[in-house]
Amino acid sequence: MNISLLDYGAGNLPSVERALQRLGAQTERVSTSAGVAKAAALILPGVGHFGALLRALDRDGLRESLIAAIERGVPFLGICLGLQALFENSQEAPDLQGLEILSGSVRVLNGAVKLPHMGWDQLQAKAGSGLLEGIDSAAYFYFAHSYAVPYRAEDQALETRATCSYGGEFVAVTETENIFAVQFHPEKSGAAGQHVLENFLRIAS
Amino acid sequence: MSLARRIIPCLDTDGERVVKGVNFVALRDAGDPVTLARRYNAEGADELVVLDIAASRDRRPTFLETIRKVAAELAIPLTAGGGIRTLDDARAVVRAGADKITVNTAAVLRPELISELSEEFGSQAVVLTIDAKWDGDRWRVMTTGGRVSTELNAVFWAEKGAELGAGEILLTSVDRDGTQSGFDVALTAAISKNILVPVIASGGARWPQHFAEIFCQGAADAALAASIFHDEIQSIRSLKEFLADQKIQVRLPC
Repeated sequence: MNISLLDYGAGNLPSVERALQRLGAQTERVSTSAGVAKAAALILPGVGHFGALLRALDRDGLRESLIAAIERGVPFLGICLGLQALFENSQEAPDLQGLEILSGSVRVLNGAVKLPHMGWDQLQAKAGSGLLEGIDSAAYFYFAHSYAVPYRAEDQALETRATCSYGGEFVAVTETENIFAVQFHPEKSGAAGQHVLENFLRIAS
Repeated sequence: MSLARRIIPCLDTDGERVVKGVNFVALRDAGDPVTLARRYNAEGADELVVLDIAASRDRRPTFLETIRKVAAELAIPLTAGGGIRTLDDARAVVRAGADKITVNTAAVLRPELISELSEEFGSQAVVLTIDAKWDGDRWRVMTTGGRVSTELNAVFWAEKGAELGAGEILLTSVDRDGTQSGFDVALTAAISKNILVPVIASGGARWPQHFAEIFCQGAADAALAASIFHDEIQSIRSLKEFLADQKIQVRLPC
């Protein structure tokens, strides 16, 4: 299985790459529209600022090719900011549009909690999940973010497979057709995280 | 269900070896960083910190190589620092495989460094390390490996650091470091309860009870220790089992 990692300068790309290689996957970094168009499976890693990611995608002309690949049915995994990018927009960069593939907005976590939401947290299952298959429901995953997609049962119940609660309930795992995304960092989440990546490789192959 | 308290081993390195001091001096060799990283990753450590305490410029390439080798062993987050003075220094450390960078002395000398790092990498990747020492009526910020005293009040400096964009404070008690007499509960509580970013307590750990104390009374979000883990005085797994028995939420390997 050859996995294409979208390379736009994200800090966590090397660790995602290492985690996949540990699982025996072939990986390739792609940074052009042509590269995205040829991908058999795509991962959008991400950490940092929503605006930086979307601007980088636009700078490199990757927005359209990424949307086209996803619409074509290429298995896609978004990680952290890579999940947030799929939605309509973000409070972190209000002047920019997200990829608008999923419905919902990214908002700053609020409530009486310390930010960033930094560390190991558990999930609340909402529906059967391919990414979480075979993983203990009490497993912890590593989060490092201040923004998230607040969970709206009325229009996100179908694709939201798990949420997490910290300054409100937010989307932690979302899946629909060939589109998969997680707010946590599977590449940094020990054995449970490796298992998530393994499940994605299985689904994608 | 809530965020787990984190247990973080720390590797103080001088180039390619791990060293450990008492009250920031009297360094001795404590092992190979790659071997220790592999062990901690398997034992259930929640993160790993690697600090280059030699931090002299000529040792830099060795330190970056150490980060690369350590990062290759880990499926948990890695924080690296020691001697980071510029954005370029930080970029090199991130490129070598660190998820977060930590700054200390350079941030005291030029606080804007924190904002620059936060803008480039996001605040979740910027850890402000504060070495604090009790001075009769307040905790004073120390720099240069705990050797140089400043006029800064540690409580105010932590607040300022968070405002500038630090996503986390790594707080070391210079008084307790290496003494194994327990974390500084008063210092940690004073800072953790005053700011809205997570605080990692460091310095003085020996017994599992020390960790329970710093989480419950010190309001620490994470606790860091070095020699008790390196010397196998305390295993991370049994420490976490102890904390779980005390109803403190920790991540136990499933």
